[in-house]
Amino acid sequence: MPPMDLELTDEQRLLKDSVDGLLARRYPDVVKTRVEMMKEPGGYSAAGWKEWADQGLLAIPFSEDDGGLDQGSVEMMIVGEAIGRTLALEPYLATVVLGGGALRHAGSAAQRQALVPAIADGSLTLALAHQEKQSRFDLFDVGVTAKPDGAGGFVIEGEKMVVLNGDSADKLIVSARVSGDRRAKDGIGLFLVDGKAAGVSRRGYPTQDGRRAADISFSSVKVGKDGILGESGQGLAALERTVDEAIAFLAAEAVGAMDVLHETTLDYLKTRKQFGVAIGSFQVLQHRSVDMFTALEQSKSILIYGTMMAGEDDALGRRKAMHAVKVQVGKAGRHIGQDAVQLHGGIGMTAEYKVSHYFKRLTMIDLAFGNADHHLRELARLGGLIEASKPAA
Amino acid sequence: MDLRFSPEELAFRDEVRTFFRTEVPLSIRRKVIEGRELTREDIVTSHKTLYKRGWATPGWAKEWGGTGWSPIQFYMFGEEMQLNGVPAPVGFNVTMHGPVLIQFGTEAQKKHHLPRIAACDDFWCQGFSEPGSGSDLASLKTTAVRQGDHYIVNGQKIWTTLAQYADWIFCLVRTDPNAPKKQLGISYLMIDMKTPGISHRPIVTMDGTREINEVFFDNVKVPVENLVGEEGKGWDCAKYLLGNERTGIARVGTSKMRVARIKELARIVPSGAGSLMDDPQFAEKVAMVEVELKALEMTQLRIISDDRKSGRGGKPNPASSILKIKGSELQQATTELLMEIAGPLALPYVRQDADEPGHNEGEVGVDWALPTAPQYFNNRKVSIYGGTNEIQHNIIAKAVLGF
Ligand SMILES: Cc1cc2nc3c(=O)[nH]c(=O)nc-3n(C[C@H](O)[C@H](O)[C@H](O)COP(=O)(O)OP(=O)(O)OC[C@H]3O[C@@H](n4cnc5c(N)ncnc54)[C@H](O)[C@@H]3O)c2cc1C
Repeated sequence: MPPMDLELTDEQRLLKDSVDGLLARRYPDVVKTRVEMMKEPGGYSAAGWKEWADQGLLAIPFSEDDGGLDQGSVEMMIVGEAIGRTLALEPYLATVVLGGGALRHAGSAAQRQALVPAIADGSLTLALAHQEKQSRFDLFDVGVTAKPDGAGGFVIEGEKMVVLNGDSADKLIVSARVSGDRRAKDGIGLFLVDGKAAGVSRRGYPTQDGRRAADISFSSVKVGKDGILGESGQGLAALERTVDEAIAFLAAEAVGAMDVLHETTLDYLKTRKQFGVAIGSFQVLQHRSVDMFTALEQSKSILIYGTMMAGEDDALGRRKAMHAVKVQVGKAGRHIGQDAVQLHGGIGMTAEYKVSHYFKRLTMIDLAFGNADHHLRELARLGGLIEASKPAA
Repeated sequence: MDLRFSPEELAFRDEVRTFFRTEVPLSIRRKVIEGRELTREDIVTSHKTLYKRGWATPGWAKEWGGTGWSPIQFYMFGEEMQLNGVPAPVGFNVTMHGPVLIQFGTEAQKKHHLPRIAACDDFWCQGFSEPGSGSDLASLKTTAVRQGDHYIVNGQKIWTTLAQYADWIFCLVRTDPNAPKKQLGISYLMIDMKTPGISHRPIVTMDGTREINEVFFDNVKVPVENLVGEEGKGWDCAKYLLGNERTGIARVGTSKMRVARIKELARIVPSGAGSLMDDPQFAEKVAMVEVELKALEMTQLRIISDDRKSGRGGKPNPASSILKIKGSELQQATTELLMEIAGPLALPYVRQDADEPGHNEGEVGVDWALPTAPQYFNNRKVSIYGGTNEIQHNIIAKAVLGF
């Protein structure tokens, strides 16, 4: 476990200022900017993506040998929070966290060195195609198949659903079954597939939270030797590790979004007048605001724990921590989102006003990579965070 | 206390159930059950089907087309309607404006408007709320100044549901800015939506639908005959109307219908080795909703029976605010569970209008899962409209608990 220091270093503070500055500049008005960007082909601004690259943001988690900056989960948390605050639409989660994560954890040095520089300079986008119609939250539930083509490569067959930014990604990282039953934990491979490869058919769409995703069918899609990530059939561990990092990242995003909702609601309570007074003068609404604030603070705290544990090598400890993080953030996100809407009254329901956009994003963050219920059940199944005491001898 | 329904009551229930299932088009009922949006035509078709059977305005006085049903019959009628996904007759017509006209209108107004309201030949909308006047409705600012045989109306309404479909709007307007109490300066006007000077702008809600609007009045000439009740007594009409609005709002049948849908869908969604419905954690959440729903159903029956005994007749029971609070919470809990069933499959958003941002590339997602998130988002409104849940708490605190 890395040493615990709750203060950002000078370098981290610089990074925070620069990413906050970039996103504040690119998203001067959250709602209007998003609506404009959603009209772009991939649902985000390509010019904006280049700026992310120019500031080094796309290189953060990759090792220096591969062409990255070799920074850790604190830096990722800083970026995640900034995205959460502005609801930025650029495919950072898809390309750097998910695609990049799978590449870091499963890819060979040659594969990493071939791709990371292109990710870092913004010329290569990725998407992780792991979800299927029946898989729900189980990463190991994989029905898409990969059969050896006899020449050292594979042929991929089947369908993936709701692949984040899968409509525009240059390359897809696909989980596919090499052997075993659909729900076997062994026998899952990760494959690098060109988005435009023959046999890949993508149906893109906007998501409920204003981003984009695609349903993707693979029909006899050929993958050469160089497209196999990691040891064939042993992909699950890398996939789980990638998703654990994504959970920590999403928790940071959620905290950023909750922070904005709390601030915005607090401000509204102090300015909106009914019955001749600010509605915030009603004690019941003050208490509601206090409850939102408490949920936010608890989430900020668990985020620090999650950030600390995201880089943990021990899979069980890391997994349990991420379960805890996702439960806290999922519940708090729902509570804060719902109350932000409620305490705004009619205006909270509208697409024109920013509150609903944050509410919807938080709702979808909860449904991504396991909702609060799922992680609570899994955490309980693994014995929770605290060990039982032993009876006194 | 007799807790069983009589054979006559049970026969009545069968009769309405059969009617709903055989006469209201299945295509419309499926939309309601699956949580999809209704068109104006769907709403009017359902309304007119009930109208032809004499059931569009059961709560009205008999001489104007009411059925004279017992409270239990009303309850059964509403429950069966909701359980079977039948869109209710237009509420603005039937539970809001119609009863106000019957109570406060002139003979001429009743003769002209009530038959058209009942048949839904005119579609009505409600112009109460304003940008600065929501919970504090009595502070409203839209003015109506008397000039000869007309009022000249100026101002703005907001959140006006389905104004885009409406032929008429009933409005609260300020006729006396100098009244000693702000409530006393308010009047209730009926305004033809085709009158020059009226315009409306849709407000898209977060689920992407266009059901609410802003309505603007720019020197709109309204004949004085369209004043309902006395000038300056509009607040009485409003209080009467809001009381009626509240009793219908528990929607126990709708939530029951959704629980049934939850069970149907959770059985087809895999979770672990079985289905989501086999997952005790999920099944317990559903069961908890069922317990609360049963209690709410009994609360509703108690309020009905209490009203009958006390002969409260028409006057809203302040305890009906419990129905609004619990009813809205359960509508929200059930739509939330439906979205949870969909899980990641709730993510795809299918655009409805050509001018929405983003684009679809062919058929996407899993059909049953697509409406679940929009339906959850949309149902956040049920604890806001018709008097927010916080305001309902204030009503109970004051009128029931005596604080
Ligand atoms: C989808 C939708 C459809 C609607 N349709 C119609 C329609 O057809 N016609 C129409 O006239 N109106 C309609 N409304 C308006 C609705 O009645 C108002 O939104 C509602 O009365 C709340 O007013 P407001 O939005 O101005 O919120 P506000 O009154 O500003 O309330 C903001 C917050 O403050 C709280 N609050 C206010 N006062 C108090 C208090 N004294 N104590 C404690 N808390 C308080 C509220 O509960 C809320 O949480 C609709 C609203 C929605 C969302």
